[in-house]
Amino acid sequence: MAKGKTLFWLIPFLVLIVALPPVTGSVTLREGVFLILMYVALASSLNIILGYTGYVSFGHIVFYGIGGYIAFYFMINYGLHLIPAMILGGIGSALAAFALGEAVLRLRGAFFAIATIGVNEAVKALVNNLNFIGGAEGLFFNFKVYRSYGGAAKAIWFSYYTMAAVTLITIVASYVIKRSKFGLGLMAIREDEDTAIILGVNAKRYKSLAYAVSAFFPGMVGAVFFFKAGNIEPHDAFHLIKSIEMIFMVMLGGYGNVAGAFTGALVYERLKGFLLVNPLFKNLHMTISGAILLLIVLFIPQGIIGFIREKSKRLRGILE
Amino acid sequence: MILQVEEVTKTFGGLVALSDVTFQVEEREILGVIGPNGAGKTTLFNAISGVFKIDKGKVRFKGRNITSLSSNVRARLGIARTHQIVKPLNDLSVTENVMVGACFGKGNFSLSAARKKAAEVLEFVGLKGKEDTLAGKLNVPEKKRLEMARALASDPILIMLDEVLAGLNPMEVASMLEVIKAIRDKGITILMIEHLMHAIMNVSDRVMALVYGRKISEGTPEKVANDPQVVEAYLGDPELAIKLFKDKRKRG
Repeated sequence: MAKGKTLFWLIPFLVLIVALPPVTGSVTLREGVFLILMYVALASSLNIILGYTGYVSFGHIVFYGIGGYIAFYFMINYGLHLIPAMILGGIGSALAAFALGEAVLRLRGAFFAIATIGVNEAVKALVNNLNFIGGAEGLFFNFKVYRSYGGAAKAIWFSYYTMAAVTLITIVASYVIKRSKFGLGLMAIREDEDTAIILGVNAKRYKSLAYAVSAFFPGMVGAVFFFKAGNIEPHDAFHLIKSIEMIFMVMLGGYGNVAGAFTGALVYERLKGFLLVNPLFKNLHMTISGAILLLIVLFIPQGIIGFIREKSKRLRGILE
Repeated sequence: MILQVEEVTKTFGGLVALSDVTFQVEEREILGVIGPNGAGKTTLFNAISGVFKIDKGKVRFKGRNITSLSSNVRARLGIARTHQIVKPLNDLSVTENVMVGACFGKGNFSLSAARKKAAEVLEFVGLKGKEDTLAGKLNVPEKKRLEMARALASDPILIMLDEVLAGLNPMEVASMLEVIKAIRDKGITILMIEHLMHAIMNVSDRVMALVYGRKISEGTPEKVANDPQVVEAYLGDPELAIKLFKDKRKRG
């Protein structure tokens, strides 16, 4: 393992990005950075189960939806502040993932990936039919909710900073996990689960824990996102395309790599932004993303950062 | 008594891989397991390390019944093994591979202690200088050493070596034998499967022979090598039979 200097540039870089909108006062920029932050947090947390542990959680967006719904429910019905509601959302997602993990993580490879899609669709169908959380129409805020944050405009800035904090915590957590004994166990599972077990790794427990941790952060991200949006509905909360986007970001940047998930999210957001506003491509952005993903898997399966790491020994220490 | 295997039976479909196998391993001894291909030697190791459930019988480790414990718990208790078909964690470095053994085996080391332990063990098995190489990039003899290093790093009480000499050239065999003896000198009990007769006869305190999942002979290397049943079992393979007779003549 190389010396851990990754966070030394990653954190300042992130802080710099976060500081841009308030400094320039640009609302457009804020919206862009908000999305980048969200993508970075989602990709970094998916990386824990996908990149470190080697399990493709295809329906990972389900935890974003669960967290969003839990937080939204408490904010509407009990007038809970965003921060505690968000933490509740994260905990709810993590518990759901742990319970789910005990059941579906015995499946390996493609079977697990398919099962997670099934879980996402099942939860979506369930929420569609639960009237106390709005059913298919979803829930929406009364604007009065924003009053305790000093009005809607301030509430949006507040959600922006909250998202920044969540993203920062996610990156640091994913880094700390990678460099821990827990992370070593996860990577052993990724490489060869049977061998890891023979070497003493409690694979069942480790996988469920990794799944829970990787669900905790999307749960919080979902809470912040839907707080800012002001409404939540099943179609948005459990959108499978977002799941695919998460996988795309991790694979693009380099799976199992903290800087990789970050880079992948950053590049993807820019790419998507470019494709969506370009009149030539605007309806084709998923098609083009899909083609790029195919090329990555075929030619640089280790992703952008993985590729650089392979080519440059010197950069290895700062690109973990 | 470190290990007691009592009437262990394992079948795969209609095939009886192990049939009523009973034996014991004493502390600090080297027990060699021999037998023709398909005799059930690796299956026996799998039964002891808990890769699958056995159909009948008991496995006791230091007097404790471990029959129903899972593999990772057995590893924690101090049972380590190597694999006949090497299983390196390819995308992790050699050091990290060994650290996995140190962190999650009986030693239960912290990361930094595991790193120290890994350096020590890698020097012991002769992999010094390869620390940062990815395990997948090692050649086969090196991978065999890595298997050994990983098992050793866990500070095991019992280590099971599954054909660590197979595929090595005579010089590598000689140096590996030195390593095995050095492991015993550390006070670790060894159970080893080997096809290289001269090697296993030379290094083992006792030898046990399996044929078609049954134990047909057990005792000192001389006794087992001279056992008519063992000789008969190997006669299907004339080369080995001749070798056995030669060994016998040399000794006699």
